[in-house]
Amino acid sequence: MYSEKVMDHFNHPRNVGEMENPSGVGTVGNAKCGDIMRMYLDIDEREVIRDVKFKTFGCGAAVATSSMATELVKGKTVREALQVTNKAVMEALDGLPPVKVHCSLLAEEAIHAALWDYAQKRHIVIEGLEAPVNDIAEKEKNEEY
Amino acid sequence: MNKRIYLDNAATTQISEEVLNEMLPFFREIYSNPSAIYSFAGESRKAVDCARKHAAELIGAAAEEIYFTGGGSESDNWALKAAAEAYSFKGKHIITSKIEHHAVLHTCEYLETQGYEVTYLDVNEAGKISVEELKAAIRPDTILLSIMTANNEIGTIEPVKEIGKIAHENGVLFHTDAVQAYGHIPIHVDDMGIDMLSASGHKCNGPKGIGILYIRKGLKIRSFIHGGAQERGRRAGTANVPGIVGFGRAAQCAKETMDERAAKETVLRDHLIERVLSEIPYVRLNGHRTDRLPNNLNFCFRFIEGESLLILLDQLGICASSGSACTSGALDPSHVLLAIGLPHEIAHGSLRITLSEETTLEEIDFVADELKKIVERLRSMSPLYEDFLKNRK
Repeated sequence: MYSEKVMDHFNHPRNVGEMENPSGVGTVGNAKCGDIMRMYLDIDEREVIRDVKFKTFGCGAAVATSSMATELVKGKTVREALQVTNKAVMEALDGLPPVKVHCSLLAEEAIHAALWDYAQKRHIVIEGLEAPVNDIAEKEKNEEY
Repeated sequence: MNKRIYLDNAATTQISEEVLNEMLPFFREIYSNPSAIYSFAGESRKAVDCARKHAAELIGAAAEEIYFTGGGSESDNWALKAAAEAYSFKGKHIITSKIEHHAVLHTCEYLETQGYEVTYLDVNEAGKISVEELKAAIRPDTILLSIMTANNEIGTIEPVKEIGKIAHENGVLFHTDAVQAYGHIPIHVDDMGIDMLSASGHKCNGPKGIGILYIRKGLKIRSFIHGGAQERGRRAGTANVPGIVGFGRAAQCAKETMDERAAKETVLRDHLIERVLSEIPYVRLNGHRTDRLPNNLNFCFRFIEGESLLILLDQLGICASSGSACTSGALDPSHVLLAIGLPHEIAHGSLRITLSEETTLEEIDFVADELKKIVERLRSMSPLYEDFLKNRK
């Protein structure tokens, strides 16, 4: 069902964990669909992603796409990271079964959500970056207030 | 690779050696069509008759009330569609439950497009229908009840005898999908008031591609597969002699070994339930604690997702499932787990383990040990668990 690369990233996920005081953090997906991804970014003053961590609730593909996404953005500048698409994640994993393509979209959204949080904290505008639609924390906040 | 530990016996079972040996001569040596006139046909006819007798005896039926089909799904389709058609003069209302197998649910949905009305009964948190709700749902135009004997995912056994009684008091036909129960728990069609019953060969160490529909004598149920006069004109198609012989032998073995097998499986089942519930936090057992199939376990592990769990178990050689094998291609959580009231996120973390006669205590302990590690590992990377721990502080 899954490629060897997907299995490798599922069995040995890269950059799993949490981060104290991240530059940006984003959570996307919802439990109803069975996938939730959270991505933490540590971004230095030159806007380079120094470190990245993730946590994922989901299927094998959800874990693998988040793991691969962290690898693809690590060491990149914010602007470069914004160019990491779901297609890039999928290609790097040698493809995904059709029913799992949404996992790669979620991984892309997770990066964007973390970058959005970073931009909000710094009060900066990152060109081409839109507010995440799938940010659970954001949604919950909106419901509360 | 690890030794395989097969714990998905609700999906299918291994054909037993006895059954296979019984079938083998009917492929090459006794290949005659039992419908033919010559004496060579008599040999396969005799074997088919004998198999029919064994299939019937397991549920207290008469041989002539057993019709061989292509499997459980065909039997369910036949029972529902043919009964709906036959009794449409009386009414067009059918009652079933929300936790039926899709062979029943999707057939009911089809019948809805044909002008029938279907009531889908709720179940309680253990997966049982309410007899009171059933009584209340019966209307003057109700023609058929279809409630499964035992659920394929959570193993809960339904109050079949009470349902049969209510059906008969109200002059309504009672069909039960006994695919998971046949050969595993005692069933008696007369005692339980069952009018039609579906069963499948491969769920009780018989071959795949063969099933039965029991139809109570006197019921006006028409043919589903039109053609020749096989199965007393009710199910056309050349008899699948090896399959039928295998079914018969499997039914005979199941009857002989049922008590002992069920007792053995129950001990192992309860041992695993005990270990999982006491050693792994934030886990629930789905289905009724005691009124459940002897070989069925179904858990939900909070904060983790079922597929990840299955892949990691598979890497250890452990074959289990999340929900039923028939729905594993779907992304939605199990309709059964949602029907017993679980929220989506918890329903996504389900694991079904179904034992066989061959399952050993050693295997069960290995599974419990590994489950502990796997659940811990997946939780350590779950954002839901992270939030849960933070909120608890």
